Amino acid sequence: MAVTSAVRDPLITGGKTVGDVSHDISRHVENKPTRSWYLAMAISLVLFAYGLYCVCTVLWQGIGMWGLNKTVGWAWDITNFVWWVGIGHAGTLISAILLLFRQRWRMSINRAAEAMTIFAVICAATFPLIHMGRLWLGFYWALPLPNTFGSLWTNFNSPLLWDVFAISTYFTVSLVFWYIGLIPDFATIRDRAVRQGKKVRAIVYNTLSFGWQGGAKTWMRYEAVALILAGLSTPLVLSVHTIVSMDFATSVIPGWHTTIFPPYFVAGAIFSGFAMVLTLLLITRALFKLEDYITIYHIELMNIIIIVTGSIVGVAYITELFISWYSGVEYEGYAFYNRVSGPYAWSYWSMMTCNVISPQLFWIKKIRTSIVATFVLSIIVNIGMWFERFVIIVTSLHRDYVPSSWTMFHPTMYDIGEYVFTFGLFFSAFLLFAKFFPVINMAEVKSIVKSTSEGTQGTPREVDQTRH
Amino acid sequence: MKDSKKVYWKGIEQLKNSSEFVKNANAEFAQPGPEEDLGHSRRDFLKMMGFGVAAASLAACEAPIRKAIPYVQKPVDVEPSLPNYYASTYINGGDYCSIVVKTREGRPIKIDGNALSSVTQGGVNAQVEASVLSLYDNSRLRGPKAAGKKIDWADLDSQVIAKLNEIAGKGGQIRIISYSILSPSTKAVIERFKTKYPTTQHIQYDQTSHYGIVKANEESIGSAIFPSYDFSKANTIVSIAADFLNSWGSTIENTKQYAKTRDVSDDKKVMSRHYQFESILSITGANADYRTQIKPSEEGAVAIQIYNTIASKAGRPTISGGIEKPNVAKAAEELWANRGKALVVAGSNDKSVQTIINAINDMLGSYGTTILPNIPVNFKQGNDAAMAAFVSDLKAGKIEGVIFLNSNPVYDHPMGQEIAEGLKTINLSIATGYKEEETAAAAPSIFIAPDHHYLESWNDAEPKRGFYSLSQPTITPIFKSRAAQESLLIWAGETNADYFEFVKNNWRNWFYTNQSMDFQTFWDKCLYDGIYEQPIQGSGSVSFTGDVNAAARAIASNYKSEGFEVVFFENGTVGNGSQANNPLLQELPDPITKAVWDHYATVSPKDAKEISFDESFTKFASITINGKTVKVPVLVQPGQTPGTIGLPVGYGRTKAGKVADGIGVNAYPLVAMVNGSLSYSATNIKFEITSENYQIAQTQTHETHMNRQTVIQETTLDKYQDGSFKEDHYQPMINTWKDPDHKMDPEKLSLWKGHDYKKHHWGMAIDLNTCTGCGACVVACNVENNVSLVGRDEVIKRREMHWLRIDRYYSSDAAPDDWKGLEDAAENPEVVFQPMLCQHCNNAPCETVCPVAATTHSTEGLNQMAYNRCIGTRYCANNCPYKVRRFNWFKYHDNKQFQDVNPAMNTDLGKMVLNPDVTIRSRGVMEKCTFCVQRIQAGKLNAKKERRDVRDGEVVTACSAACSTGAIVFGDMNDPESKVAKLLKIRPLYPERPLINDKESDNPRAYSVLEEINTRPNIWYLTKVRNKDTNKA
Repeated sequence: MAVTSAVRDPLITGGKTVGDVSHDISRHVENKPTRSWYLAMAISLVLFAYGLYCVCTVLWQGIGMWGLNKTVGWAWDITNFVWWVGIGHAGTLISAILLLFRQRWRMSINRAAEAMTIFAVICAATFPLIHMGRLWLGFYWALPLPNTFGSLWTNFNSPLLWDVFAISTYFTVSLVFWYIGLIPDFATIRDRAVRQGKKVRAIVYNTLSFGWQGGAKTWMRYEAVALILAGLSTPLVLSVHTIVSMDFATSVIPGWHTTIFPPYFVAGAIFSGFAMVLTLLLITRALFKLEDYITIYHIELMNIIIIVTGSIVGVAYITELFISWYSGVEYEGYAFYNRVSGPYAWSYWSMMTCNVISPQLFWIKKIRTSIVATFVLSIIVNIGMWFERFVIIVTSLHRDYVPSSWTMFHPTMYDIGEYVFTFGLFFSAFLLFAKFFPVINMAEVKSIVKSTSEGTQGTPREVDQTRH
Repeated sequence: MKDSKKVYWKGIEQLKNSSEFVKNANAEFAQPGPEEDLGHSRRDFLKMMGFGVAAASLAACEAPIRKAIPYVQKPVDVEPSLPNYYASTYINGGDYCSIVVKTREGRPIKIDGNALSSVTQGGVNAQVEASVLSLYDNSRLRGPKAAGKKIDWADLDSQVIAKLNEIAGKGGQIRIISYSILSPSTKAVIERFKTKYPTTQHIQYDQTSHYGIVKANEESIGSAIFPSYDFSKANTIVSIAADFLNSWGSTIENTKQYAKTRDVSDDKKVMSRHYQFESILSITGANADYRTQIKPSEEGAVAIQIYNTIASKAGRPTISGGIEKPNVAKAAEELWANRGKALVVAGSNDKSVQTIINAINDMLGSYGTTILPNIPVNFKQGNDAAMAAFVSDLKAGKIEGVIFLNSNPVYDHPMGQEIAEGLKTINLSIATGYKEEETAAAAPSIFIAPDHHYLESWNDAEPKRGFYSLSQPTITPIFKSRAAQESLLIWAGETNADYFEFVKNNWRNWFYTNQSMDFQTFWDKCLYDGIYEQPIQGSGSVSFTGDVNAAARAIASNYKSEGFEVVFFENGTVGNGSQANNPLLQELPDPITKAVWDHYATVSPKDAKEISFDESFTKFASITINGKTVKVPVLVQPGQTPGTIGLPVGYGRTKAGKVADGIGVNAYPLVAMVNGSLSYSATNIKFEITSENYQIAQTQTHETHMNRQTVIQETTLDKYQDGSFKEDHYQPMINTWKDPDHKMDPEKLSLWKGHDYKKHHWGMAIDLNTCTGCGACVVACNVENNVSLVGRDEVIKRREMHWLRIDRYYSSDAAPDDWKGLEDAAENPEVVFQPMLCQHCNNAPCETVCPVAATTHSTEGLNQMAYNRCIGTRYCANNCPYKVRRFNWFKYHDNKQFQDVNPAMNTDLGKMVLNPDVTIRSRGVMEKCTFCVQRIQAGKLNAKKERRDVRDGEVVTACSAACSTGAIVFGDMNDPESKVAKLLKIRPLYPERPLINDKESDNPRAYSVLEEINTRPNIWYLTKVRNKDTNKA
């Protein structure tokens, strides 16, 4: 694995040794959390508690606590679901597809991205659960379980059922992939704990590492499993959002009934996923002082992916508009006319600005290598992607076929509360991860540092000069 | 031990062997322990705790008490779970309907029309359908009261009789105040009372008076009556502000007759032409072919204009005071051309206007053809002059005793406030209403002798001369009420005061003559049929003796168009307000405004420019009429004549009950006398829009159909007649590979062979041409299917639960591709009503998307909903193109939050109205129209018991049964002889598989809503045909 080119920029800067890597990453697990960590955790927990109150009220009183109505049966709930699922795409893409394409720059970011994926999928899964009128039955009736109701079975025609399978498969594979990647790093922490004489930590991390000893055969199997899982995950990256898009694409509602949806949704998902990875990594990088591991080069590469996927999404938007006119279907035509100029036009134009125009700024090298600009734009992209789902769901539903039923949707504090709930959940989980798990894949990163444990090799600065 | 000399002491006390020690020597404890010492021992504590825990857990485990009491001895006629039907009569003031009451285990739960009656002909309206819930109104009186305190009937009778005798002894005046009384027996009771107390006068009034018409008829044709009209014989109908489908005259009968003239088919390609001249957009105006906006002050002038045009043709002198308005000349021409088949009616309560109308009808030869003065209608016998005299007498203290016979004039008479003042000092006041209403509340010392609800009582009625009907109790009186007639008889000193006997005797004396059967058989037959009708006597021909010149002068002097003008009207929901406490009516969307639970003033868009009326957000307006100011929210109403506002009566109740109290303002006191009768309009009023914001609850906020042809298809009569309308008829077609010009119906392209309907295939036809939008079907559906009522706040959140709604669309003046412009209704729009319910699609979008298969397709074509299986993802509702699915956002039953708005599911009394055949849906599940599957099931079981097939017409949905115009036809499409199959000309799409789902309708007017998405509904709509000149369309 450790084949490095002398003419390429090193991916890890600062002349880090293998020992430095272990130390830099593991110390966050070993040391007491910083004050800023406590502050962030406190805020996350407050959000979580408020959200939990809203969730419980909705479960106790009924879905009527939300602003939904007879015409708009889904709004923030499914918007948030799709948004979170989309965010959950980056992790697997980075670890699986980029692994298969041997993009080694992914090594610094894949751990955090995968963790983010898992937490995002958990957050996403809360919405289809809470949005059910009868969660207490729905959570198991939606599964094809044997039952005493005779031949009563789930409806395999329903895209919602496909969602159940798609999301649960994706979650399982992502979780296994992520965990297997963590095993050697857990062993590293254990070894350090043994050396430091921390018995409890040693036992805990030994258990977490399944007693990893680092034998050559173990490593061989480990890498084989990683490749197999990468192979398994790759189609999932494409399938999950394809299936989520089919919730809409297979329906008859103008604005939903669109064959373009699967690729458009997958591109959008990667787009938003990368934006979220950037948001989180930029914070983690600053907080944990990981500038040498997550370099400007990483950020730039991710920004390039954002330009590409953002442009795909933009093309999709324009294609939709064109087809709505070109098809000559008055309902389709009106649905898009209404998106562009109706009462929810502000959300359409927010979406267009955030998703189509703003990522184009990354064509300028100065912007795509600027930490501040990247951070701001990554948040804007995520806002835009939220609006995309809101536009698709709400503006299509609120004025569909029969004009007598046209309504508006107004969110209540409980709609907002549910969203806040998932933020609380997500950030609490991410902070716990950052504290107790190594945020960067030490084992993999060690394979790309231009050094050995014996001493520094190569002189990165010279390479720099030859290149420029 | 034996040898041991040692003695062991327990202590020094034993050694001393003191008396103290000896006393307790054998006790377990030498010293008294805490058990004996204290009042409460440890054991007591444990006992108490044990009991407490047990009691607390028992209390926690206590199951709610359900009073399901089986019959110990089964009543003869009652089979548990099988309904019984009784013919009866709905009487509410002057409102009448011959009905059939469905009872289950002794509880009336549903009302249908009685087809045997030739007055109402099986028709009902929303008020009648809703009245079954009024029976279970929690604000009903539980028993008699005197001066606000409970009292025995015997005590009440003795006190009332003493007072009456005291008044009679000194010759004091007694008045009986009632609405129009339809019952001849009740009138006979009053006569008995008057015989006993000769100073008694009986005064009738109506909530909305027709006194002007009666007076005009007295002058014009010599009889002070309200005649029968026969709209079915009219080719040309001109109505000047008469809302004859909703509030004017015999509305159910009018609707029936009108529908006959509006019905078109391949065999009858003609229909009436209907002109309407009005200020508000009424239900009648919404159904007109030509509608002209006028001001209320112009009604007389329009009548004169029509008179003059016709008079010049008839060779009679013209009169002065006419006015040019669009369509007036055209209407007059057509009236003249259709002499003998024409009818002009006017809503005005002014005898002068009505005299002109009578003169027009006389010239047109309407008397004897479309107007039948030989069959007077008794709905409106009110006498404004007599009532005014009563009020002045009462104020002057000339009246000693007054009996409000089921009337509530303090609320619904313009001089109600003066009556209330007079009642404070009156010697004797009695009210017999079944509820304590404003009038009873206004008199501090009033005796309240509550009458039964009409479903609990015996009665008879004569809605039209010679047409009689009977009321019979369908439930034992729930409370300690007593028939008002019986009360009067008791107070009149009758020994046999049983009103049932009284009615029966009357019928024996009046009607049982020259019968070939014995009286009991005759009586049983009348009771079974609910009606008894005598042959029509006399002819309708009259000689016109009215003075049109005097009438024209009176019109000229009484009406001047000044400033803003107001029209008071009964809307299509609470009507005159007598049933305002019925939540079924409060939550029934008004046919025109689609507003619920709210009072409003209808204002034209021109006069409410500062109100966008987006999402029903509006402002209060301050309206000053005759010095009285009221504040009501503005409802921006297309079609309203600019410069006029409409103010519905029936709101502003203060003593009706929790449902109605506090909604809006009472408009009755704003009505004033003009030309000797009450005038339901006023000029020169002050109208100002204030800055106070409000949101009206409306079930439909988008007014236009956006020119969506696949939703609403309409054509004009001549296009229908020559068949050219089919060219405009939207039919999706696609090209095929065969050749570039080959097109075919995409519905025929399917890989899937569809459902097989081997036995039945239920279907429905809805005729947009005969649907008047009245809303009776909506209430009928609510009652039949236990549909939850959710209240104003939830309707504002757009969550009404109605399974069946009537979409009301206005036309727009914008070009078909101007989507922005199409969102706004025209100033004087054409209106179309479209009943919308689950379409029971054969390719149902809802069925495929449910993850748990909770909504599935039946073997009989129904799209069925398994509530128990539903997990509430709402995907089905999102994917329903017709948006007819309704979600239970909250628990609407047994929930204090909905107690006041949905008493039928939240109070013990209200729950008696529920249909036991239909499940109450729980929170979190989806529901929708089932095509009344419980009725289908009952019909099939009945047929099976009798070993035969279900007969056509045996199974009807509640909506179809309630539709007075026959616009909704339901039946088995697999039966080629069924009405629906014949109407739609059903033919199997694949002749080799006649029972397959794919049926095609050959009725040229039939279309499926949103045909191009290929949902293949089992409901066909019949294109609306307007009788307009095509070039103008």
